[in-house]
Amino acid sequence: MYNNILLAMDGSDNAMRAAQEAVKIASLNPDCKIEVVYVIDFSQAKKDILHAQGKIDAEYTRRKKLLPVEEYLKASSTKYLISMIHGEPAPAIIDYANTGDIDLVVIGSRGLNSLQEMVMGSVSHKVMKRVYCPVLVVK
Amino acid sequence: MIQKIKMEWFSNIRADILAGIVVALALIPEAIAFSIIAGVDPMVGLYASFTIAVIISFVGGRPGMISAATGAMALLMAPLVREHGLDYLLAATILTGVIQLLFGVFKIAKVMKFIPRAVMIGFVNALAILIFMAQLTHFVGETYIAYVFVAVTLLIVYVLPRFLKVVPAPLLAIISLTAIAIYMNVDMRTVGDLGVITRSLPEFFLPDIPFTFETLMIVFPYSIGLAIVGLLETLLTSTIVDDMTDTDSNKNREARGQGIANFITGFFGGMAGCAMIGQSVINVKSGGRGRLSTLTAGLFLIFLIIVLGNLVVQIPMPVLVGIMIMVSIGTFDWSSFSYLRKAPRTDAVVMLVTVIIVVATSDLSKGVIAGVILSAIFFVAKISKIKMKKVVANDEVVYRVEGQLFFASVEDFLAGLDFTITKQTVVIDFTNAHIWDDSAVGAVDKAIIKYKENDNYITLRGLNASSQRIMTELAVSNQ
Repeated sequence: MYNNILLAMDGSDNAMRAAQEAVKIASLNPDCKIEVVYVIDFSQAKKDILHAQGKIDAEYTRRKKLLPVEEYLKASSTKYLISMIHGEPAPAIIDYANTGDIDLVVIGSRGLNSLQEMVMGSVSHKVMKRVYCPVLVVK
Repeated sequence: MIQKIKMEWFSNIRADILAGIVVALALIPEAIAFSIIAGVDPMVGLYASFTIAVIISFVGGRPGMISAATGAMALLMAPLVREHGLDYLLAATILTGVIQLLFGVFKIAKVMKFIPRAVMIGFVNALAILIFMAQLTHFVGETYIAYVFVAVTLLIVYVLPRFLKVVPAPLLAIISLTAIAIYMNVDMRTVGDLGVITRSLPEFFLPDIPFTFETLMIVFPYSIGLAIVGLLETLLTSTIVDDMTDTDSNKNREARGQGIANFITGFFGGMAGCAMIGQSVINVKSGGRGRLSTLTAGLFLIFLIIVLGNLVVQIPMPVLVGIMIMVSIGTFDWSSFSYLRKAPRTDAVVMLVTVIIVVATSDLSKGVIAGVILSAIFFVAKISKIKMKKVVANDEVVYRVEGQLFFASVEDFLAGLDFTITKQTVVIDFTNAHIWDDSAVGAVDKAIIKYKENDNYITLRGLNASSQRIMTELAVSNQ
């Protein structure tokens, strides 16, 4: 069974659905640990800092964003850890998964149409293509 | 020490050099456009970007941050250039450096935390609006072809990065559209119509101004504004870079560094500058982390100008206008609209007032000062609300005070007490209150004396330790 599951988190509903699936899989193995990865986009860093009274305040706002998933994981009594990393979402997740000891990536799909996908780029699609381990994309 | 120098300079050599080159390419159009906003030759902004970037790479406090000629500073200095000319601007730049250096030495960076976020949001939004408005003047008397060039520029800068990420899109827009304009012989205003590009390194000279008190009085107000706005944008940018790179930086060293950079830049014919949010984000995104990236950006920029100077003058103005529209869109904080709905009403008002005052006066420093004062007033008004509850029980009249007792709330405190009663036991309960200053002690004192005059027995209850201390120190009545 899987021992280290990477759950890509952005605070959206899709990511919450992905969390539910990750917990389902994790519950099969008592040793399984979920690593929640929250990528702070470079452009988001500007917004977060501008809207916060200093760095501590910005970090607090981000922790609050991850509170729902943290509570959910706690309630399901799964082992987990949360890491916040800076970078472009797709490359950061890919790098984290490929350099760490990760054997499954669970990621939510934003459900973009083909035009949006062309303009914005699908994170889950890029992750799927370039991560070495299996990837579960949750719709 | 040597370890630290190694770490800040040489821990990321390849990525730093590449990122520096990318930044230099992205900087050129902005440096030229900001010079035009300030009303000076493009060389003034280009020289400033070169000297500031190079100097700050050695003396700055935030490795990986890009400082150069900026829009905020250009907007502030425009009236000075219009009325008194370039030499006064150079003098103002030197004086700005001195002021910023003093701010750094006296650790003024700490004072920046008193600037509320509502003011900072208002600041960047006002900056974006002013940069955008400055572009509108370039449309006056232009033919439809100018509009086409602006539109194509915007199309290139927004669509192209989706497919091609290595080269900055603004530069590609400039190269391709300048080539088209030259090839098709389109009649449009170019950078050359607005100033001269000198293909040489900047030289040292003293600004040609009379060294009198009158000169100082002309220059000083501008320098103060430039110093404040420059440090404001610099410290905001350094916090953003801190966050993006998950590292800390020395804010006071950065303030001193900005001072040194501006001071020297003034002697080399450059205009005052500061850190740039947009370019620093580009640098970090491109992999730049160390001081080498900032140094490379400055050196490569001047190299390009010396090599390609005669092509730069042929850049059509509408292309620069398009790039500046992109810069203003990128600078504007688009989440402000949801902020206006969600933030406390007073914060929203402070933000709007900051923007309105800046746009009305075209002076960023005035908006910031007004915003800070207004939010201070709002803050005092908010915490000076004091609640008084009167309970009569067991032959006692108990007043429960809730809130902060200080100069702004003493009147409400006294108004909440009934001084007409006689021969009773009066208790003022301060369990949920705090006595802050001598006006508060004075008010409590006055209450005690007044009650005693009418033969009441008065006690204070629930004073916390620090309130108790200030009372025993300052109170006149021996309660």
